[in-house]
Parts: sequence; structure tokens; C-alpha cells
Amino acid sequence: MAEYEIVGKRVPRVDALPKVTGEARYAADLTMPGLLHGKILRSPHPHARVLSVDTSRAEKLYGVRAVVTAKDFAGFRYGFMASTRDEPPLAEDQVRFVGEEVAAVAAIDEEIASEAIELIKVEYEPLPAVYDPEEALREGAPQLHQDKPGNISAHVKMNFGDVDAALANAYHVREDRFYSQSVLHGFLEPHAVIARWESAGGITVWASKQSPYFLYRNLASCFRLPLSKVRVIQPYVGGGFGGKNATFALDFCAAMLSKKTGFPVKIVYEAEDILGYGRRRHPMIMELKTGVTRDGLLLGTSCRLIADGGAYTSVGPMTIYLSGAFLSLPYKMPSFRYEAVRAYTNKPVCNAMRGHGSPQIRYAADCQLELIARDLSIDPVEIRRRNVVEAGYVTANKMHVKSCGLKESIDEALKAINWYEVRREINEHNKKSGRVLRGLGIACNGFQSGARLHGHTACSAIVKVHEDGGISLLTGSTDSGQGSETVLAMITAELFGVPLETVEVSKVDSHLTPVDPGSFGSRVTSTAGNAVKIAALKARDKLAVVAAEVLGGEKEEVEFKKESVFLKGRPEKAIPFRKLCHLTYTYGHGQVIVGEGHWSQEIDMPNWETGEGDLAGTYTFGTQVAEVEVDRLTGKIKLNKMVVAHDLGYAINPLACEGQHEGSVFGGLGHCIYEECRVEDGKTLNPSFLDYKMPTAMDMPRVMESIGIETMDQEGVFGAKESAEGTQVSTVPAIVNAIYDATGVMFKELPVTPEKVLKALEGNISEGEG
Amino acid sequence: MVFIKREVTLTVNLREYRVEIQEHWTLLEVLRDCLGLTGTKCSCNLGDCGACTVIVDGKPVLSCLALAASMEGKEITTIEGLSGDRGLHPLQKAFIDEGAIQCGFCTPGLIMTAKTLLDENPDPTEEEVREAISGNVCRCTGYHKPVKAVLAAAKMLRQEEKGVCNVG
Repeated sequence: MAEYEIVGKRVPRVDALPKVTGEARYAADLTMPGLLHGKILRSPHPHARVLSVDTSRAEKLYGVRAVVTAKDFAGFRYGFMASTRDEPPLAEDQVRFVGEEVAAVAAIDEEIASEAIELIKVEYEPLPAVYDPEEALREGAPQLHQDKPGNISAHVKMNFGDVDAALANAYHVREDRFYSQSVLHGFLEPHAVIARWESAGGITVWASKQSPYFLYRNLASCFRLPLSKVRVIQPYVGGGFGGKNATFALDFCAAMLSKKTGFPVKIVYEAEDILGYGRRRHPMIMELKTGVTRDGLLLGTSCRLIADGGAYTSVGPMTIYLSGAFLSLPYKMPSFRYEAVRAYTNKPVCNAMRGHGSPQIRYAADCQLELIARDLSIDPVEIRRRNVVEAGYVTANKMHVKSCGLKESIDEALKAINWYEVRREINEHNKKSGRVLRGLGIACNGFQSGARLHGHTACSAIVKVHEDGGISLLTGSTDSGQGSETVLAMITAELFGVPLETVEVSKVDSHLTPVDPGSFGSRVTSTAGNAVKIAALKARDKLAVVAAEVLGGEKEEVEFKKESVFLKGRPEKAIPFRKLCHLTYTYGHGQVIVGEGHWSQEIDMPNWETGEGDLAGTYTFGTQVAEVEVDRLTGKIKLNKMVVAHDLGYAINPLACEGQHEGSVFGGLGHCIYEECRVEDGKTLNPSFLDYKMPTAMDMPRVMESIGIETMDQEGVFGAKESAEGTQVSTVPAIVNAIYDATGVMFKELPVTPEKVLKALEGNISEGEG
Repeated sequence: MVFIKREVTLTVNLREYRVEIQEHWTLLEVLRDCLGLTGTKCSCNLGDCGACTVIVDGKPVLSCLALAASMEGKEITTIEGLSGDRGLHPLQKAFIDEGAIQCGFCTPGLIMTAKTLLDENPDPTEEEVREAISGNVCRCTGYHKPVKAVLAAAKMLRQEEKGVCNVG
């Protein structure tokens, strides 16, 4: 493997300094002259007709500058695809969930804006509501959208191979029903925006977005502006996890209020706005009927899935598509049938969250595999080894596995936790029937390394070398905390042979940076990384032409290392990098050193109707192993150890990869045993960090080991693949399988709370299944 | 609504500020909106997440729950006041080097909480660090690296104290 100067090293983040000194400015930290403050009025009803909205008293309040309602948006709807645009910026004649935005106010300060909100009189006529997705799909259920009969927001069907024959011929068939609950993204930085209407016709927006170009497109459509007149400027982003992709009411309202007033308008959501009424992960009911051979080889699975979508569609069709497509990874599944319905319910809207659609289905499928292993008396590790995919494998739905370190990830994860010895120890321990039961669990994952999309899917980069040797890197990608700016800067610095601090990464400014799909689907390192490499090499080529002339050689012989430029094999005769940059600017008639690059996965678009085809150019694989303790007296579960072994292609920054793995364990642990949006009559009862209960520093395992399996992927920049979302896909099943190992109870509904554990141990839940 | 205005003198990062405030304003609002010290973050504004932690007379205080009017005569330190003439505080250095930062939004609060721990207990155990920062919510890191960073900073500070090496 090539030895690099910067790439592959445990390098601290390029944005770490401003983040430890407090200089890093996030959207809510910004202000400007004439700034007005906006507040939003929300519906108290889960489902109601809006009979009238009277804003006259609010408008008369001292300090109020403008009020907007649905009328201002003249029927504009937004959404993921043309056919799914069902969401208005503000509710029109119907509200569909508690907290739906109804009107917005801009005033000279926040307090006046809040007071004005209370003066808006909305007359509602309550309608019957439905909260349970299965009930919503039944005949006679209250209907949310007139043009979507039966409350069907999206419907996906896939059918590959002869599943009926597979199940008929199987040695063993199991049917199980699993439920994954409603969980939140939980980012700390609230949604915030400043919008400024430009009198020449245009909008400038500063907003906290992980995919700012969605905002760019949505504002252009909403305000009927050319895209080039929407300027989205990206401040630092305080976490996203899928929750900051979309455009929300605050973005549209701030822009509309600014248009109406002629002043910039800032809106910052409060905790309750986000934790009580905001986007969340799709709860899913998953029924799997799976057949295997006597040796535990998977033959086929038939899956029925109901996703609880909430009141609008958002990216829901893609969510349930991914849940189905990933039935075929990471285990060989020769045939499968999938039917999924996303139901509208009178609850906040569900969307993408880390792993998008995969963590739910992997929980169901991997835990069912655990049950199959028990039924057939096959070792849980062995049954996985027998079924794993390998490089060159083509799934039933025609996804092509290129590099694949899945087997190695099993080996490494077992080694790290000392599986077989701990296994024996635990068996001995549990025989004593003490208060604490111990368990070991394993689960595997497969995920897309850089999602391929409809429409524009390429990432681009511009590399500009200054005459003093400084380098500016412009991309359209966003670092919402995952560390992609650092990775992209490392790639650039490596190629020019300069220290990392030489490279300045610009955040998105849609007037200046190239358009980009966004930071989702694990696509920044994998996709933007390649674009950066191409751009850097193009810029470097211009320098090489001059260097070759000065050094008396060929362009192809020029090397860039340690801030020095020389001909291959002759480092003694070198020009300092800075000097070469200066020379190049003044060389001949003078030139500017700029390189542009773009890159996209060279794969065909999947067939969205049938579900056939690749979702990404390449895939990642991994294994997670969990060691837990279950307290029989309190029902409390303690995760003692967690190992993440992930085939990430190549670790461009092992320190950042570890951080991603640890963050995945945290997110997965929360999903598995702690977190849940408790919703009653459509109202989220725990809309605060105190009541929602994400794990604290005390709840995390004391031992977390992160192992990078390097398979040097042909597609990835420097061989790298994603290492961010895929790692959260198997966290939940690894822990649930460990709890099963400890207690003998398979928990088929998340989260596995102490209450459920106690009930199960008392035998109130049928033997073997919780 | 009638708000009572008053002028207060606040000592923040060793500087005196005379500001006109309304009596119901929190320290967080005054730091961010009046003094421009936006390094202290507002996340939940309910005292649940620790992002707004500052140090008041040596103790960690959730500035979203403290009234600015009650802060006269007290010594307030925010993240902006942590580094001094000798450069970054060891906690800041350790957070950078250990990879303890991802999105960075919880970082100022975490560092300020950790500082009060290390001021009182220069040689904490891992469990003591975890307990001290258990009121600071971080969604990105899983706390592993922040805990390591606090322990590394403690070591740096102890060595600095002993004069073993000058860490800046």
C-alpha cells in the first residue's frame, strides 16, 4: 500500500480550532443590521379544518412588521419528487398534526413576535384523527389527504426470484413481526435561518442545512426565482443525521417575511419545535417470513412492511425503497418479495435518519437470523459466515458487490472481543443464576457508499492555488460535523505535497461553490472526494508544466512532496512549492491556477418501479459485536463493550472514522434501549432532552473498539468507502442479540426498556419472544 | 407586557461590561445578544443539555437558567475567555488532538464543565469525568473521545503544575 504524508494519518480536524475557541459561527449566532425576528404559530390540533385565520390584532401590535399565512404562498407545495409534493409551507385549509405551522410573524424582537403569535385567532373545526399506521390503512379510517385515498403516502413492491418455491422447499421457515419505534435525530444545534430578500429580485439565506442545495431549489420554486438568484450561504452546522436535509416552514416563512418587510428576518426553532413537532425516523412494523436450508443458508424472504409516515410524505418513498433493497445485503438472499406501505398518520413527519431505512430492516432481519440459528442449533457466528456476500456477488435485485471485507470484519470483531473465551465465561457465569445475566451478540451490515440519485447526482470541486502557495478548496458539500471538510482538505494537501493547514475549505455559498446534491447517503468522502482529487490534479498539472520547464524535464516526471517540487528521482534539484506557485502566476502572460473536477458513480439508474439495480457505485460491510449485562432485579441493560469492524475501503483519517463508529454506537444504543417519542393523541409527550432520554456519558460502554477493514475499493478516492451511516445499521441488532443471549428472550419491539425486560423475565411475555 | 429595565455591571472573562438589560433576561441572552459572545451556545434553553454552560465563581452554571441581573459582582468565564496569553488551554488542545469534536455545538459547554471538574479535582478517574459531563448532551461523539480528552488535559495540567514541561 502506498505510503502517504497526510492521507491515512490520525489528523485533527481542520475546523477544530474555531470550535474550541467559540469562534465557529452557527446560523443562530449570526446577526445583521435591521434584523427582524420571526416566530411561528402551530396547530394545537392533530387534525382539523382551518375555518379562518385572523391576524388583525397581531398586525396592530407595536413592533410587528409582518404576518404571513398560507395565502401568501398561493398554493405552493414542496416535497421529494413532483408526485409527492404534499406539504405546504404553512397549513392551508387543514392541519394534520399537532405542531403543524399555521402562521408566522416578524417583529423587532423575539418577545414581541411571541406576543403577536398569541394574538392570531385561528378558528378550527376538529376532525377525527388517526395515529396508528395499521388503523390508518383500514377502511373507514379518517383520511388525511383527499388526493391520497386510503392514507397511502407511498407504496413499494419488489419481487426477485421465486420466493414461494423457496419457502415451500425450505427445511425451516420462520415468521416474525418486529417493530422499530419513533426516534429523533437529536442534533444539538436548533434549526435556524436568516433570510434577506434582495430588492433586485433574489434571496440571500444563511441556514443550518446539511444539504443546502435542497433549500436553494425549494426557495427558487416557492418564490419563482431563477436558481442563480437564490444565494444560500452555509455557516457551521451543528449536527444533522438526516434531520437537516429538508426545507422547513421557518425557511419559507423567513424568506416571505423578509420579502414583505424589506428587512432580513431570523427564525430559530426552540427545543419543543424540534423535539415535539419536528422530523423523526420512520417507525416500522416489519413482518418477515424467511426460509432456510438445513444448514441455515437463506433461500428467500417475504417481507411486509408498514411505515408510519406522519402527516406528509417527505422522502418517505425512498425510505421504504431502501428498507426493501437492503433485504439483499449483507447476506446472500437468492429470492425475496417485499411489499411496503407508508401510511399517513396525524403525527409529525418522518424522514431520513442515519442509515436511512436500513437500521430498522436490519434489526428485524438480523434478529430473525439469530432466531433461525437457535431453531437449527447453529452457532450465531457460523450462520452468518455461511450467508455473507463476497466481492463479485450480484444480489437478487442486481446490486453489484465490488470490494467486500465482510468476512474479515467478522473475524476481526470476534478477535477484538475475544468471542470464544468470553462466550465460555458467560456460559459459566449465567449458570450461577445470579442477579446479573450476561450476553454476547453479533450482527452484520451492508450499506451504500455514496447514494446515486435521480437527476443531478455528481459532486464537483474547484481547487484554486494562490500565488503564495495557499490553496482554496470549493465544493458544494457540507460538513455537518462528520469531518468531511478535513477529509477533503487532506486529499488536496496530499496531492500538492503541502501541510494540511495550507488548504482552506470554503463552506457552501451557492453563488460561488459548485452545485451539489447534499450530505446524505454517505456520499461526501466517496463522491465529493473523487471530485476534489480530479480538481486538485488538474490544478497541479498547470504547476507541473511550469516546473518541467524550469527544471528541464517532462511534465509527467514532476513530483510534489514536502512543499517541494522536483523531477522524479532527483529531489536534490527542487523548487519550493511556494516559489513555483509564484512563478506560475507570472509565467508567460500570466495565469491563474484553478482546477475543476466532477465525479459521479458510473452506474445505471435503478429501476424504481421494480427495485432492481445499484443504489451506489460500491457498498460497505461490517460487523458489530456487543457484550451486555441484564439486571434481573431492575430490568436494566448495560452495554459493556462494543466492537465495530467496518470495511471502509481505506481510512483516509482513522481518527475521524473512529469518531463516526463511536457516534454510531451511541445512536444505535439510544435507538435500542433508551429513546422513544412518546405520542399520545398525536401529541409528543417528551419533547425535551430531559424526557426524551438519549444516552449520557454514564450510559455508554466503557470499551468501544473501532476496526477499519481496508479493502482498497477501486471506486473510492484513495480506496476509501463510507464509514458513517453504515456503521449504525447493525448496532441495534447486535445489542438485541446480546440481550437475547443473556435472557433467552428475543425483543421484537424497540426500545428494550427495563419494564419490558422485567415483564419478559417474569414470564408475562410468551417464552422466547418479547 | 411591562418589562423592567436596569443597568448591570458584569465581569466576563476579566473584563467589565456595563449593560442595560431587562430583569427577566438570562445570562445566556446577555452574553450572546448584548456582548456578542456567541461561543456559548443555546440549544434547549431549558437547562437540559448543558450547551450553554459557563463558569461563575468557579462553578459550572447553565447560563440559560441564570438571570443576568443576579450576576453582578460575580466572575464569569465563557469559552472565549479560556485561552490566555500562553495560547490554548490544555482542555482545548486535548479536545483537538483526541478528535473529541465533531459538529462542535456542544464543545464549548463540555469544555467549560470539564474545566470546573479539573479545577476541583486535578486527577479525576474516568468515572468521575463521565459523571461530571453527564449533563452535557453530545449527539455526535458517543462521549468516548471527549472523556479521553478531559483525562489527557488533566495529565497536561498536572505536568504543567509540576513544571515538567511547559504546555503553553
